[in-house]
Amino acid sequence: MAFKNYILVCGGTACDSGRGVELTEALRREIEAAGIAEDIQIVRTGCLGFCEKGPIVKVLPEGTFYVSVKPEDAQEIVKEHLVKGRVVDRLLYNHKQGKSLVGVEGIDFYQKQFRIVLRNCGVIDPTKIEDYIARDGYKALEKVLFEMKPDQVIDEVLRSGLRGRGGAGFPTGKKWQFAAAQPAGQKYMVCNADEGDPGAYMDRSTLEGDPHSILEAMTIAGYSIGASKGFIYIRAEYPLAIKRLETAIAASHEYGLLGENILGSGFSFDIELRFGAGAFVCGEETALLASIEGERGMPRPRPPFPAVKGLWGRPTVINNVETLANIPVIILKGADWFNKIGTEDSKGTKVFALTGKVKNTGLIEVPMGTTLREIIFDIGGGIKDDRKFKAAQSGGPSGGMIPPQYLDVPIDYGALAKIGSIMGSGGLIVMDETDCIPDIAKFYLDFTVDESCGKCAPCRIGGRKLLNYLGRICEGRGTLEDIENMRKISDAMCRASLCGLGQTASNPVRSSLTYFMDEYLEHINEGKCRAGKCKKLIRYKIDPEKCKGCTLCARNCPVNAISGSVKQPHVIDQSKCIKCGACFDKCKFNAISRG
Amino acid sequence: MATMVQLEINGVPVEVPAGTTILNAARLAHIKIPTLCYHPDLKAGASCGLCIVRNGNSPKLLRACCTEVAPGMKITTHDADIVSVRRTVLELILANHPNDCLQCPRSGNCELQTLAADFGLRDNPFPREVAQLPVDRSTPSIVLNPSKCIKCGRCADVCQHMQNVWALEFIGRGEKTLMMPAAGVSLNESPCIKCGQCSAHCPVGAIYENDETAKVWEGLRETSKVPVVQIAPAVRVALGEAFGMQPGELSTGKIYAALRRLGFKKVFDTNFSADVTIMEEGTEFIKRFTSGGKLPLITSCCPAWTDWMEKYAPDFTENFSSAKSPQQMLSALAKSYFAEKENLRPEDIFMVSVMPCTAKKFEISRCEEMSATGCQDTDVVITTRELARMIKSSGIDFISLPEECADELLGHYTGAGTIFGVTGGVMEAALRTAYCLITGEKTPPSIVFECVRGMDGVKEAEIVIGDKTVRIAVAHQMSNVEKVLDSVRQDIAEGRKPRYDFIEVMACRGGCIGGGGQPCGATDEIRAKRTAGLYRDDERCVLRMSHQNPEIQALYKNYLGEPGGEKAEKLLHTHYHRRPVYAK
Repeated sequence: MAFKNYILVCGGTACDSGRGVELTEALRREIEAAGIAEDIQIVRTGCLGFCEKGPIVKVLPEGTFYVSVKPEDAQEIVKEHLVKGRVVDRLLYNHKQGKSLVGVEGIDFYQKQFRIVLRNCGVIDPTKIEDYIARDGYKALEKVLFEMKPDQVIDEVLRSGLRGRGGAGFPTGKKWQFAAAQPAGQKYMVCNADEGDPGAYMDRSTLEGDPHSILEAMTIAGYSIGASKGFIYIRAEYPLAIKRLETAIAASHEYGLLGENILGSGFSFDIELRFGAGAFVCGEETALLASIEGERGMPRPRPPFPAVKGLWGRPTVINNVETLANIPVIILKGADWFNKIGTEDSKGTKVFALTGKVKNTGLIEVPMGTTLREIIFDIGGGIKDDRKFKAAQSGGPSGGMIPPQYLDVPIDYGALAKIGSIMGSGGLIVMDETDCIPDIAKFYLDFTVDESCGKCAPCRIGGRKLLNYLGRICEGRGTLEDIENMRKISDAMCRASLCGLGQTASNPVRSSLTYFMDEYLEHINEGKCRAGKCKKLIRYKIDPEKCKGCTLCARNCPVNAISGSVKQPHVIDQSKCIKCGACFDKCKFNAISRG
Repeated sequence: MATMVQLEINGVPVEVPAGTTILNAARLAHIKIPTLCYHPDLKAGASCGLCIVRNGNSPKLLRACCTEVAPGMKITTHDADIVSVRRTVLELILANHPNDCLQCPRSGNCELQTLAADFGLRDNPFPREVAQLPVDRSTPSIVLNPSKCIKCGRCADVCQHMQNVWALEFIGRGEKTLMMPAAGVSLNESPCIKCGQCSAHCPVGAIYENDETAKVWEGLRETSKVPVVQIAPAVRVALGEAFGMQPGELSTGKIYAALRRLGFKKVFDTNFSADVTIMEEGTEFIKRFTSGGKLPLITSCCPAWTDWMEKYAPDFTENFSSAKSPQQMLSALAKSYFAEKENLRPEDIFMVSVMPCTAKKFEISRCEEMSATGCQDTDVVITTRELARMIKSSGIDFISLPEECADELLGHYTGAGTIFGVTGGVMEAALRTAYCLITGEKTPPSIVFECVRGMDGVKEAEIVIGDKTVRIAVAHQMSNVEKVLDSVRQDIAEGRKPRYDFIEVMACRGGCIGGGGQPCGATDEIRAKRTAGLYRDDERCVLRMSHQNPEIQALYKNYLGEPGGEKAEKLLHTHYHRRPVYAK
């Protein structure tokens, strides 16, 4: 090692928004001030995954793992750790619990993870092509260009069992095969980086942390199908990922890894970025193609599939970021290495953005077949505040709610479909007992109704009607007939909508009607919301026996709905109460009940 | 020979050429799969979700409108499950529709209404939510009522891809989706050329012609004015459709009779002024062609086309024939030639024209030259659809009407005048006369110029006239026009003589017989029948060349003097200018 220490500072968007940039500058200043700049190399890496505890700083070679680091901590890290060699104990994980862990080895969050897609995230400096090359980067491309014929590459991908990570799980090799089988001529390779699920950031993190892996994979795909042109369709709201991609594209040009006659092989391939304006539907492949062509991003009927008639009517392969990130590894380590990971149905790993009511939120990668229980309770550390698990939503707003009885189902494409959800692109949102099921269904539907392109009738009208029914139910105005109508609409949306967005938009409703009917019935028949989320259904009452007359509730009520004299039991005027819950949260004597 | 594909539809073996959609294949099995957004003129947009069918036992339903057949498919088009999904979709659409059929311009021929009736919908389980949106009445031609729109996308597709106008677009998304011009401008401020193809393709009453029948009724009640009417060529082969006649069946005589019964004192025929147009435009062409004037000469009878040109191709302004359209010529002559004969002032005449076209409503006030007689030459334009309604509301039994003749002076026409209503017709009529005028011969070798007929988007030919060759092009449906213009632009840019001497353009597919004011539901099959009707009318005529028309000869002899002369110039010619694509 040329340097005594390497300091890896997470440069993911989450850590950056936690003053990560400022922190890096502070570290640099302190290192200068300490006069050890020549011995220390600061590396801004991609996402390390443990976003819950960001910003994260890792000190090599020993692998000291500092969490929740603030710019103010820089001085101490430099003076204590780097100069004196003493670990800053208070910044270690679990310090408060008295179980400080120095490296990642003991951290639950990193156990059971297996990194293929995220292999370089948090390890390399994503702005340096040399870092990527040092980690076997572009070796797969070299192998493909000089040792393999296009059909051999496709065969390798086919045998790997890799399925599209964008949502539907179509075998990647087959897609390539279809496009390769089309008569020669202009073909296109498109990377779908239009990640739009609320709470999902798998693709963004991959692009931010390891942009070259995507460029390399696209070039390999281009070689296999006979395309000379590639597009990365990325949301304009991902400025850091865009910047990293631009840097990476420029560097690979410089190194002869992109552009004319790559590495002297005679094969030419180039990549351009196309920015999406943030419409969820543009992640649907035909809408995405329309958008690249400069048309309104609206889905087109399939068939013809893009592999036959895609961009400007030419054969086009569209692969998602995560799918592509697997490719160089499959080429280098072989299909037989890859297809031993995962389940019979789904090979390899899956990256999830684990969010919601879980202790350790973050970006994780696990082998297919890992159970929800392992993800939520082992990696995620369990439910926040040790409340009770209620459901997990996989696949973002297009997925279904998975109830506790399926916590031990090994997750793969087939298993999720069987229980009424989808893999989707990998958003995984955990709900606990304080979440109301109809309210959550309403939340997701609100999103898809807003994001519907408006083209096809079942989705455009059906979604709005479903949302209205859910609104009524959450306000205690629902009827049993509403449930019947919701089933009818959900079925029609699922079967008569044109694109994936419409076909899956009713999944939260369908799955919750299957698994959580009791909560719907409680809302309708008893006017009760057990989670206390539906404001119209809750009443705050003061128990005169328990009330001490401390006046705290009255003073905190924003609408002066509480009256009473000092040291006398107080009363809530129900006609004024806006159900904000401030009194409930403030009362020190448990005198206020919600029900 | 296309490869044939064998499949089963509802258990019936069917064999169709590869590439056929399930929808069309089903027709061969005598099955009509319900559709709402699909239109045979357009690429399937697949938006409504009604044409879903099942292949084998697959849980996934396919859209019949856009899915091509594959060998061995076992398609079920109707069963309880499929019908139930379709019904729900239809109920959802109706839940957001005003359902004010009784007062809707499309009542009786609305595709949604028909589906609701076919499905026997009686009550709707879903609550009604109808957006109350402002109606766009900004153009004199078309009314856009977004509350009735079902977002099938036909109008935008027609406007963009068939007509190359790009006035209508999907705006907003989700439930807020609207079909309207971009940037919130009104239709009149948009690039809209008023061709009305959107209204002819709308399955419901969301886009329709600006109904001016009330103005006509009022004019007919006004005793101080003489009500005069003209009918365009294409009206006579389409109006009958509203009364159960076959498309293309000629009903000229019945229309004259109906118009008299409605109260018009004089019934003239635009076919007459089509003959005048040939005299004026033909003379203009011969002059430019023989004395090195600006070529190609481009026809300007179609107001939607002239509007498009002024907005999108102003570099061709000087190539336009200055001859007015037949409608404007007839009105100008009615308020001058006819008026003087009858001792009337121009303003004493109430001039109505019946047109297959919504753009004609715009044309009558498009510039000052449309008031050549001192007042607006044409007072009101009604479309074929509006005339049908007037006849119905008057209790006239159209089918049993006797055949009558048009009034003299501006009523007699030749076969050349009547084919103005079909693509290639203006060119053919001009060639017939030009041939005779240039060569001095009595008739061309063949009165029929087959090369300009038919539905090809662009037809090109070289016509030998005496020792000269006239190079022509005929384009119809606006999307076919730009490539013709581009090829001329390319010739000019590269210093060559333009490849054409004479170009005919009609904005609508098939020409005026497929106009935006014709009875709704036109398809190529219907267009072909209407076209055949006009060609039959031509064949039926004893005189088939405009210059042979005795009333034309009398007009020039007694009133106008020479074609292109001073009087003709004042009454029968106009000019074109660049206009901004967006007025705002």
